[in-house]
Amino acid sequence: MAGQVKSIKEIPREELFAPGHRLCAGCGIPPLVRIVLKAVPGPKVVVTATGCLEVATTIFPYTSWRVPWVHNAFENAAATASGIEAAFRILEKKRGIKRPKIIVFGGDGGTFDIGLQALSGALERGHDMIYICYDNEAYMNTGIQRSGATPRGAATTTSPAGRVIPGKMERKKDLLGIAIAHGVRYAATLNPAFPVDMYNKIVKAASVEGPTVLHYLCPCPTGWRFDPSRTIEVARLAVMTRMWPLYEYEDGRYRITVMVKKPRPIEDYIKLQGRFRHLLQPENKWVLDQLRRDVEEFWERLVRLASASE
Amino acid sequence: MSKLMSWRELEIGCIVPEPGNSVRYRTGDWRALRPVLDKSKCIKCLLCWVYCPEPAIIRHEDDSVEIDYNYCKGCGICANECPVKAITMVPEGGE
Repeated sequence: MAGQVKSIKEIPREELFAPGHRLCAGCGIPPLVRIVLKAVPGPKVVVTATGCLEVATTIFPYTSWRVPWVHNAFENAAATASGIEAAFRILEKKRGIKRPKIIVFGGDGGTFDIGLQALSGALERGHDMIYICYDNEAYMNTGIQRSGATPRGAATTTSPAGRVIPGKMERKKDLLGIAIAHGVRYAATLNPAFPVDMYNKIVKAASVEGPTVLHYLCPCPTGWRFDPSRTIEVARLAVMTRMWPLYEYEDGRYRITVMVKKPRPIEDYIKLQGRFRHLLQPENKWVLDQLRRDVEEFWERLVRLASASE
Repeated sequence: MSKLMSWRELEIGCIVPEPGNSVRYRTGDWRALRPVLDKSKCIKCLLCWVYCPEPAIIRHEDDSVEIDYNYCKGCGICANECPVKAITMVPEGGE
């Protein structure tokens, strides 16, 4: 497809995301934002839900954005984007102004929980936008509270591991499953350790007329409790242990884009992170086993869907 | 920002009319560990450039890279991911 790249060297130089933002050292969000702004061609408008990205990149009187950018509230990023898209449609019709691509960034809190109904509405109405969820698997900006995206067994400040519970007891929501059920034409998972895969998926999403949903694993050194230098390493292990399968859905077909033939044990991913540390104690083995089953079940389902698509 | 602005100087709706003006906010002083690049080892793979969260890796025309200490927060992703170990992290303030 036009615009896709084969190697990192082909990724454009232009930076539309400026340094000087106040995201934590080693944050997983900017590697996504930088690639998105490089991969989406032509004029674009960015809408951001409340979250780490919004608060840390736009501390008054500064902004890190070199594209038009708007924040409205926590729950309505998709609704705000819908309005902008509709307004540009009118401008296009009446004055012949070229319609920009609308890009939405929401965290997992702003997507899985608080913004889900706005997202559902936007997908159902079919607005032309790329909705990207940067999923750091808890409400990191407000102090690491559990969200619908927190994986089973993870300790957060509202699901602390201790005598009563061994971290969060529930499994993670399947966001792309929800998006695909709305009939979107393109949906995919992204991971910062695979920048070329990520770039090409964004190019594909940008080429689709109508809503597309991308789901990005965003390692968070602060909330997941690992050394900031290991952000990419942790992200890569998530793929290699099948905790974060890289796949895409395109017009009814599923495709696994990074096939993991021999997965590493999930302990390799778990043991790097303080939020999972308690799972390695013998009394919590059952939680780890359950998490492993979640991972295996999802992968098997994905393999079935992908082979049925061939 | 050296002094606080008065409300008369603010744009309507407090919009920020200058794109990317956060470059004036130097986050380099957050750094406790300083990445030092050994150019003779660099193979120009650009992994540090693509992974850097600031971005504080400057990519030159010939794909050689340079670290922008004005913004580098010293996270150490570049040193950890460099396939030829051309970047080492040294404590700030030391030799």
